[in-house]
Amino acid sequence: MGTEYVAIVVTIAFTIATSALLGGYMYRVFTGQRTWIDPVFVPIERLVVRLTGADPNDQQNWKCYSVSLLVSNVFMWLATWTIVTLQQYWPLNPDGIGNMEPTLAFNTISSLTTNTNLQHYSGETGLSYFSQMFVITFLQFVTAATGIAAAVAIIRGLAGNRLQQLGNFYVDLTRATVRVFLPLSILVSVLLMWQGTPMTFEGAAKALTVEGAEQTIARGVTAGVVSIKQLGTNGGGYFGPNSAHPFENPTPIANVIETWSITIIPMSMVVVLGLMTTRRKLGIVIFATMLAIYLPMVAFGVAKEAGGTPAIAAMGVDQSTGSMEGKEVRFGAGLSALWAVTTTVTSNGSVNSMHDSMTPLGGLMPMIGMWLNNIFGGVGVGFINMLIFVIVAVFVAGMMIGRTPEFLGKKVEAKEMKLASLALLWHPLAILVGTAIACYVWATTADPGTALAWLKNPGSHGFSEMMYEFTSAAANNGSGFEGLGDNTPFWNISTGLVMLLSRYIPIIAPLALAGSLASKPAAPETAGSLSAESGTFGITLWAVIVILGLLMFMPVAVLGPIAEHLALLQ
Amino acid sequence: MLKEIKLGIRFTVVTMVLLGGAYHALLWGIGRAVFSAQAEGSLIRRGDGTVVGSRLIAQEFKRPEYFRSRPSAAAYNAASTGGSNYGPSNPDHLKAVRERIDATVKEDGVQASQIPSEMVTASGAGMDPHIPPAAAELQAPRVASARGVPVERVRELIHAHTEPPTLGFLGRARVNVLELNLALDAALGSKPVAAK
Repeated sequence: MGTEYVAIVVTIAFTIATSALLGGYMYRVFTGQRTWIDPVFVPIERLVVRLTGADPNDQQNWKCYSVSLLVSNVFMWLATWTIVTLQQYWPLNPDGIGNMEPTLAFNTISSLTTNTNLQHYSGETGLSYFSQMFVITFLQFVTAATGIAAAVAIIRGLAGNRLQQLGNFYVDLTRATVRVFLPLSILVSVLLMWQGTPMTFEGAAKALTVEGAEQTIARGVTAGVVSIKQLGTNGGGYFGPNSAHPFENPTPIANVIETWSITIIPMSMVVVLGLMTTRRKLGIVIFATMLAIYLPMVAFGVAKEAGGTPAIAAMGVDQSTGSMEGKEVRFGAGLSALWAVTTTVTSNGSVNSMHDSMTPLGGLMPMIGMWLNNIFGGVGVGFINMLIFVIVAVFVAGMMIGRTPEFLGKKVEAKEMKLASLALLWHPLAILVGTAIACYVWATTADPGTALAWLKNPGSHGFSEMMYEFTSAAANNGSGFEGLGDNTPFWNISTGLVMLLSRYIPIIAPLALAGSLASKPAAPETAGSLSAESGTFGITLWAVIVILGLLMFMPVAVLGPIAEHLALLQ
Repeated sequence: MLKEIKLGIRFTVVTMVLLGGAYHALLWGIGRAVFSAQAEGSLIRRGDGTVVGSRLIAQEFKRPEYFRSRPSAAAYNAASTGGSNYGPSNPDHLKAVRERIDATVKEDGVQASQIPSEMVTASGAGMDPHIPPAAAELQAPRVASARGVPVERVRELIHAHTEPPTLGFLGRARVNVLELNLALDAALGSKPVAAK
């Protein structure tokens, strides 16, 4: 077990160290400064902008920026929905995959367009190679870039003084796609191929096994999907079991690369904030506050999974390596728990073990990660979610010391608080009301086990499966307690709607908030101003996140994982 | 608004070609040129060129002369993979684990406390190609007696096929079951297997 802790510490430390480098690069990209890879990627950027017909000089205010964002996403949705519902007529389908059923396609495309990647299909049986390339890969790039673009516009707003324009959406979108995600994805894909991830247009391999059975081995353009799935906090696996599948994540080295890929851009975004607002201390305070929530969650999750489960221990087998149901030998319990926490705090949602089979309290960590949804968070959007909590913390702190709340020299007034509250309250509303409706349907259906066939597990764990699904949809995460029989019209449509609303409300409201702050004059900060660049503010922010972000989920935590934990102890 | 619609459509088409097409084509080319074995799925072929499996994909071993893979909730179907998704308190899960323990105790003549939990729990994707070294040691006497060879010879092969944690600290020590079983056949001979 000892070496697993070393691996965890090294992985996290390496990611933090490299985020300073990548953050510096991204800052240069979004402020139009030169970088050393420009000769390769700038011509591609120019070509895309020219073919799109966008005018780089057309600076947009927050409303125009939001309209461009929404309209582009609508056409991405329509184009890809059309492709998957007709995929059997397209080329590159060596395994003869049929068309996707319309409600499943609604869910799938909404899921990918919102950067969620909740998967009610299984890749190897539900998608052709053409769909994996032109639908899945395409959306994984452009939706991640959409999040970055929104975050960059919001940062410009925060840094601005009587500023009306936040930037040009298509220029930001193209830069994030071509100059951030494309080079990183090519690099990570090549490293994964080196480790064993397939990249082929040939159909499934037919093997005659050692004992003489026939085995059909699904494969495909896996390396190209896995890299952007991780880097873009998408999380949608090429195969059903995601990065637990040996083709998606073949070795411990591949696992380090993929774990790094989950958090590197969300961490770098905090660095970008510090650099673009020319307030490095603010970046450090927010980074440290995030770490002060992330690290204890990792430590607790690893301890729980490494400790095994009492029911298996009672049967007398050697459980010294921890709880191994749903986990892979090459990763062990430690690296599986690290991934589970990392993928949920960041809105990624890929998995390298089955979360449904985690210990009850180990499985509570992914839920907490998604309930908060702002500890590094999704690319771009995680930072936006954190900004909402920063505004609330500023407000709370301002009330406590009896001063007008202000952030970066801008007064935070009723309008900003209303927008922050809207973004803040939508999240628990979607999760708790969604779960309540699912429970009501389950409870009022006669013989629900047969009639609905939703739940793989009885009792409080079954409740957790339903709650996890709405949590994952609302957090735009995409991981699941996959025992849930979720490919039904009820789950396809309900979670599809939750994903769409939970994507665009928390992007548009903060854009409006940033637009409002940007247009205000920045007052010079005095000794009497509330400084967000101090350890005291970091502690206040930490407390606001934990109290406000988690308290509303306490009742469902008790009904689900905590009840199951107590029952197992008996 | 018409301008916005045009921009949305054109951006979608342009980036779809770039990211869905050119990006994958580039990677495919790199894969073929530099990592051709991995790119096609790390397949293992017999002398006559037929594919016996992939070194990354578990297959089922039932006969006593072979080491067993970890239990698979997907029945080792590499075209439809997955875990059990059983929660830790699920009675069906506990029953399945109990049955696997009983079967291992009977077939390998060992005590429950010697069985690593990996051998009685289903892996994440149902395709885990590895078992822990202790799980191979556990099966060595059975494999040796089924093949009529001294157990030391089998143990030597296990040691030769044990991968330590990468760089000394990444991941866990592990044994690739398919490669070990093929090495057993190569070193100790096998009965030819006909297709069903």
